[in-house]
Amino acid sequence: MGTLSIGLVVALPILWVISLAFAPSGDIWTHLLETILGQLVGTTLLLMTGVGIGTFVIGTATAWIVTMCRFPGQKIFQWALLIPMAVPAYVIAYVYTDLFEYAGPVQGVIRDLGGYTLRREYWFPEIRSLGGAISMMTLVLYPYVYLLARTAFLGQSLSVLEASRTLGHGPWKSFFKVALPLARPAIAVGVSLVMMETLNDFGTVDFFAVATFTTAIFDVWLNMNSPAGASQLASVLLTFVIVLVALERFQRRQQKFHQTSTTSKPIVGFQLSPLAATGAFAVCALPVLLGFVLPAVILGNYALSFYQETLEAAYWSFTANSLLLSAFAAVITIVLGIFLAYSLRLGRARWLNIVTRLAALGYAIPGAILAIGILMFLGFLDNTINGVTKSLFGFSSGLIFSGTVLAVTFAYVVRFLSLSFGAAESGLAKITPSMDGAARTLGAGPAATLRRVHLPMLKSSIMTAALLVFVDCMKELPMTTILRPFDFETLATFVHQYASDELLPEASLAALTIVGTGIIPVILLSMTISKSNMSTSAETTS
Amino acid sequence: MLKKTSPPLFSLLALTVSLLGATFSASAKEQTLNIYSYRQAFLIKPLIKAFEEETNISVKIIFSKKGLLQRLIAEGENSPADVVLTADINRMAEFEAQGLLQPVDSAILRSNIPAQYRHPDDLWFGLTMRARAVYAHKTRVAPGELTTYEDLAKPHMKGRVCTRSGKHPYNISLLASVIAARGSENAETWLRGLKDNLARRPQGNDRAQVKAIFQGECDVSLGNSYYFGKMLTNEKKPEQKQWAAAVNIVFPNQGDRGTHVNVSAAGIVKSSKKVKQAQQLLEFLASPKTQALFAAVNFEYPLKSGVKLHPIVSSWGTFKADDTNLSKIVDNHEEATRMMDRVNFDH
Repeated sequence: MGTLSIGLVVALPILWVISLAFAPSGDIWTHLLETILGQLVGTTLLLMTGVGIGTFVIGTATAWIVTMCRFPGQKIFQWALLIPMAVPAYVIAYVYTDLFEYAGPVQGVIRDLGGYTLRREYWFPEIRSLGGAISMMTLVLYPYVYLLARTAFLGQSLSVLEASRTLGHGPWKSFFKVALPLARPAIAVGVSLVMMETLNDFGTVDFFAVATFTTAIFDVWLNMNSPAGASQLASVLLTFVIVLVALERFQRRQQKFHQTSTTSKPIVGFQLSPLAATGAFAVCALPVLLGFVLPAVILGNYALSFYQETLEAAYWSFTANSLLLSAFAAVITIVLGIFLAYSLRLGRARWLNIVTRLAALGYAIPGAILAIGILMFLGFLDNTINGVTKSLFGFSSGLIFSGTVLAVTFAYVVRFLSLSFGAAESGLAKITPSMDGAARTLGAGPAATLRRVHLPMLKSSIMTAALLVFVDCMKELPMTTILRPFDFETLATFVHQYASDELLPEASLAALTIVGTGIIPVILLSMTISKSNMSTSAETTS
Repeated sequence: MLKKTSPPLFSLLALTVSLLGATFSASAKEQTLNIYSYRQAFLIKPLIKAFEEETNISVKIIFSKKGLLQRLIAEGENSPADVVLTADINRMAEFEAQGLLQPVDSAILRSNIPAQYRHPDDLWFGLTMRARAVYAHKTRVAPGELTTYEDLAKPHMKGRVCTRSGKHPYNISLLASVIAARGSENAETWLRGLKDNLARRPQGNDRAQVKAIFQGECDVSLGNSYYFGKMLTNEKKPEQKQWAAAVNIVFPNQGDRGTHVNVSAAGIVKSSKKVKQAQQLLEFLASPKTQALFAAVNFEYPLKSGVKLHPIVSSWGTFKADDTNLSKIVDNHEEATRMMDRVNFDH
């Protein structure tokens, strides 16, 4: 019962968005088909593929290197590689545009050195382009893949890898023949998260004037004034994501990934030759340098001249708002995610399955569109309660949920539940059901089994999900902006207020704070992952 | 099941709800006014502060560039919003079309805001005006070489024009004004000509185009008038003064229909229970003193006649504004958006 009601409450705003799509939208589809739809789909697919491949290569390669190889700096890279995920994509886009555009310092130096005066006299890639958008998003999204791939690599039973090496496979072959296929479910989850983030990005593609499916959704909504058309487009996007995820699941349907061995020795790792160590160092350093260090230095530089603007504007209260809200939402999201995943494990009712899967779709809908669903759902709820109290007790309860911090929190939960649910579900799937059986035979109830058996084993998956949700909430913009209470500002909304007018330097201190606060949970998580792998004997393997 | 985790969660929720309820009922007792604003908070805060000091009414704001219309619809009768502020006329028209505004019967507003910049039935009032101007390089563009929007599409401008995305509201409104003035067919021919003349794919904001002129990437650009003032006075980023120093501001079509203008506007929400205070705010914003301040904050033009301009703004001289009724711009808004798609302007 609890599961169903929680699942329904979370799924309702999503259903509301889908139901909006059934309203007539005039000839918007004909118009789009005749004009730019083909191009939009093409651009969007290229963007997704580009970012997907980019994050897969960087995320998997760095995860394998820091997990399996020993080289100077490896301990630092273990957590440093995660930091770029705390950088909002539109912030990094702004910073690199300033640097690499025609009027920026880099091309300025090239013109000075080459004695050029005009653009056509030399070649330089255009930063405000599809390629630019792919690069920017890859730089801040690869940590999603890295995080999940690394957790998977760490969890892999060493004996499997030893067996592979006994059979004569070198490090490269072991990676491609054994480690990579075993880590595939985790990597697939990582890449699909990345693709959903890419699909939903509005800030970066809008800034670069790259027309994608998402920009079209906003165009139809705001410029053609058709929320129905917008939600139809969003529903198409949603269907596409569902098909994509289902295809990946279907492709590996016959593979089971329960643990088979409970021994877990610390991974010894390959000792690298100086040349190889230099290579490994470079491969790991580059993403951190480009995704975090360089943007942070530039933001820091802006902040030195513009910190006053941010401080004058009640900076501390924004920071507190962001931290509290994100932490609160992360806790709730994690609890609900575990609750739903565990309920699914206990009972296998079909309707429960459907409701739960529906509830976990929020991540695949652009935030601003989902915000409309939430507005409508909460408005309906408030006005119904109001009607009841009015007719029964003769007083008006007004709006109880709409426009409160609770509404924003609820929005975060709806949007990010798929992260915690996915992590809990895949974590639970690795625990063989015989464990449950054993615990229950020993007299533990379902709750005690969860607490004493499952939760300790799920620790690193849960921490991973908590980090993802927390960092995503810190960066979240459209839903916060639309749903927030009066005079309520978070770091992200404050930054965007300026950045939307290309005044990011004025808000650089706040932008830097978003990145800075992201580092703390990143380090905490990284320590937990390494530690749990060293100490727990019951750590799961794939 | 899972009894262990549920109680703390729900008590936490209950606590939050009761806290929020407490703050809500506490604030309802004071004299407050709530604004849904499409204009950045930092642009209107100084005016709001002045209003609060003068009237003892405290004002709360939510700023968002999208979604406030849907929020008002969803909240319905009980919405806390009293006043809506928009940065352009199209947004305001959507509130009007949804029947979310109420007429304001105010002699002050009617006398301070010229008729073409307010709703015929007083549902909304323009507050400030800005022109969609052209920026032209001081030496690379000869005097008289460019005097109309139509010139931007002529062959001699080939490869010399920069602009932001065609889908940006500012460019959509400009195109809507061209459609209103010259009909759909001519407007589309003009738009294709303009696209052919672009030096680079549309990108960046209005300021970035002036930067591109300064760096030699193009010779002319479309841009709102206030950016010129913002760049000329940018002490923190002195390089922007250099960009601005490289260009002249041109007000197009002075010989015929005038330069396209758009307004920021305000209206009172139909369900507002504080109509009197809301009207006070609108009248305050339309008063000569506030109009001067309002316009100066963002280098815009006050709508009340006789109000002194910011010295920098007045240095650009007077210009003739396109006096096509703003409702025509609104009517052609969707057609303009579709035309941008048909011409595939951004690619």
